[in-house]
Amino acid sequence: MRTANGRRPFSFYVLTAVFVLFVLFLYGPMTAIYILSFQGPTGGLTFPMRGFSLHWFEALFGQERTGDFAGAFERSLILALLATVLTLVISLSAGLAFRKRFVGASVVFYMAIASLVMPGVFVGLGIAIVLQILKLTPVWWLTGLGAHLTWTLPFGLLIMFAIFNRFNRAYEEAARDLGASSWRTLTEVTIPILAPGLIGVALFGFTLSYDEFPRSVLTVGAKNTLPLEVFAMTNTVTTPSVFALGTLTTAVSFLIISAALASIVVIQRRRSGKAGGGR
Amino acid sequence: MPTRRGTGAREGSRAPAASEAPATRSETMRRLAPYLQVAPLTLLLLFFLVIPVAAILVVSFWSYDEFDIYPDFILDNYAWIFTSPVTYSIYLKTIYYAVVTWAITLVLGFTISYYLVFHVKNLLWQIGLFLLCTVPFWTSNVIRMISWIPFLGREGLFNQALMNAGITSEPLEFLLFSDFAVILAYVHLFTLFMIVPIFNAMARIDPALIEAAIDGGAKPWQVIWEVVLPLSKTGIALGSIFVIALVMGDFFVVRTMSGGQSGSVVSAMMNEIALLQYPTAAAGAVVLLVIVTLMVAAILRVVDVRKELAG
Repeated sequence: MRTANGRRPFSFYVLTAVFVLFVLFLYGPMTAIYILSFQGPTGGLTFPMRGFSLHWFEALFGQERTGDFAGAFERSLILALLATVLTLVISLSAGLAFRKRFVGASVVFYMAIASLVMPGVFVGLGIAIVLQILKLTPVWWLTGLGAHLTWTLPFGLLIMFAIFNRFNRAYEEAARDLGASSWRTLTEVTIPILAPGLIGVALFGFTLSYDEFPRSVLTVGAKNTLPLEVFAMTNTVTTPSVFALGTLTTAVSFLIISAALASIVVIQRRRSGKAGGGR
Repeated sequence: MPTRRGTGAREGSRAPAASEAPATRSETMRRLAPYLQVAPLTLLLLFFLVIPVAAILVVSFWSYDEFDIYPDFILDNYAWIFTSPVTYSIYLKTIYYAVVTWAITLVLGFTISYYLVFHVKNLLWQIGLFLLCTVPFWTSNVIRMISWIPFLGREGLFNQALMNAGITSEPLEFLLFSDFAVILAYVHLFTLFMIVPIFNAMARIDPALIEAAIDGGAKPWQVIWEVVLPLSKTGIALGSIFVIALVMGDFFVVRTMSGGQSGSVVSAMMNEIALLQYPTAAAGAVVLLVIVTLMVAAILRVVDVRKELAG
C-alpha cells in the first residue's frame, strides 16, 4: 500500500525487515550445513572451518561410511520416480473423473483430505499393523510406495482441481467436433494444454516422496530410504559426514525443483511466443 | 471440487441426429468413465489409508504378548493409557508444543503473507518472493532440522556470537536440546504451511474493499483487523489445521531437538512399536487422532473451509 503522495509507508520498511529476517531464518541454517560439509579433515560439527576439503564426501562413500548410503540413495530415487509417475497418472485420471458427476464423489474427496491431514506416522503404523496381522513384512517398493502415495496423491488431486478450474473446455469440444476420439483429445489436446500444471504435480510427487520420513519409518522394511539413513546418522555419526549427506540430498532436491520450474517457464514462454503476443 | 462447467453444453453439442440404439454402448461407457477414472485413487486410499486406520482402531482392543498380537476385545490398552501418570504430562506437553507453534506460525504466516500480497505490488516479485518462502517445502525436513545443530550447540554460532559480544561469558546450555530448540525447529519447518493458504486467501481479496475501507476513514490497523483478517480466515483455518496436525503427529523433531529429554505422544508410541506392543500404540494413536479430530472440528466450526478447498 502506498500513501496518497506515492511514498511507501513506514510499515513497508518494518515488514520488509521482518521478511528478510524470515528468509534468513529459513535459509541461514541450511546454508551453514552446506558450508560445513566442506569442512577440512580435522574440522568438527561447528564453525570455525578448518580448511576446505571434500574429505567428508569421500568419507560417505569410503570405508568409514556408516550404513548403506549408496543403497539408500538408490532406493529413494527409484521410490520417488515410481511415486512421481503414479501420482501423475492417478491424479490426472481422478481429476478427469471429478469434472463429471458421480456417486461418491464427496466421499473420495474427503478421503483425500483426510489423507492430507492424517499425521504421517499413523499411516505407517496402520500399514505395519495390517502387515503384522497378515504375517507379512514391509518392502519399500510396495508398502513404502503405498504410504508415500497417501501423501503425494492429495496434493496431486488438489493441484488437478486448480488447473482444471482454469481450463477452457472449448479446446476439447473443438477437437471432438473435428472428429478426434476421446483418447486422442486427451493425449493431443488436454494433456499438452495442462502440461505446466502436470509438471507441478510431478514436482510434488517426486520431492514429497524423496524426502518423506514419518510415513517411511514403519513401511519400508529392513532397507532404509535416504531420509531414514540421514536420521539414523544424526544419532550415531558425529562428523561432518552427516552434513555432506545433507548437502548431496538437498542438491538433488534443488536440481529437481529447478528443472521443474525452468520447464514450466519455458513452456509458458513458448506459448506466449506462439500466440504472437496476442494477449 | 472443481466446478462442472459446461457439462450440459457438451451433451447439447453432440450430434442430436444420431439414432438411439448405437449410442447406448458409448452412453454406458460415458456414464462409467468417471468411476473407472477415480478407481485407482479410491483403491489406493482404501488400501493404504482407510484399511490401515481401521486396523489401528480394531487392534487397539486386541491383546498381545512379546511375540504377537491376538484378536480380542479388551479395554486394557486404553485403561493403561488413562491410568499412567506419564500420559497426562506427555499429552499436555504435546498440546503445549502445538499451541505455541500454532500461535507463532500464525503471526509469522499472516505477517509474511500480508507483506507479500499488499506491499509487494510487482507480480513477478510477488511470485518470486512467495516461491522463496515455499522452496524449502520441497527439500528434506530431516536435513532442515539437523541444520540447527551447528547453530545452537554449546560451541554453536549463537553462543560464539553471544560470547564474542560479551553478552554472556558461559555458553548458554538451553539453546540445543530443550523446548526452545523443539519449538524453533517446528516454526522453521511448518511456517510455510501457514503462509501458503493465507497467501492464497489474501490474494483473492478485492483491492477495492481495502480502498473503500481507507476512504471510509479506517486506520491501517482497522483495515487489517476488520477487512483483511476476516477475509483471510479460510486460509488461517487451513494453515492452522496443517500446523496442529503436523506438530501433534511429530516425533522426530522432539526426539532430536530435545536430545531425548522431552517426549511427545508419538515418540512414546514409537517406543511401544519398537517393542512390538502394537495394541497399546494403536490405542495411543486412536486417542491422539480423536484429539486432533476434535481440534480440527473446532476450527471447522468457526470457519467453513469447504469453499476454499473446492478452489
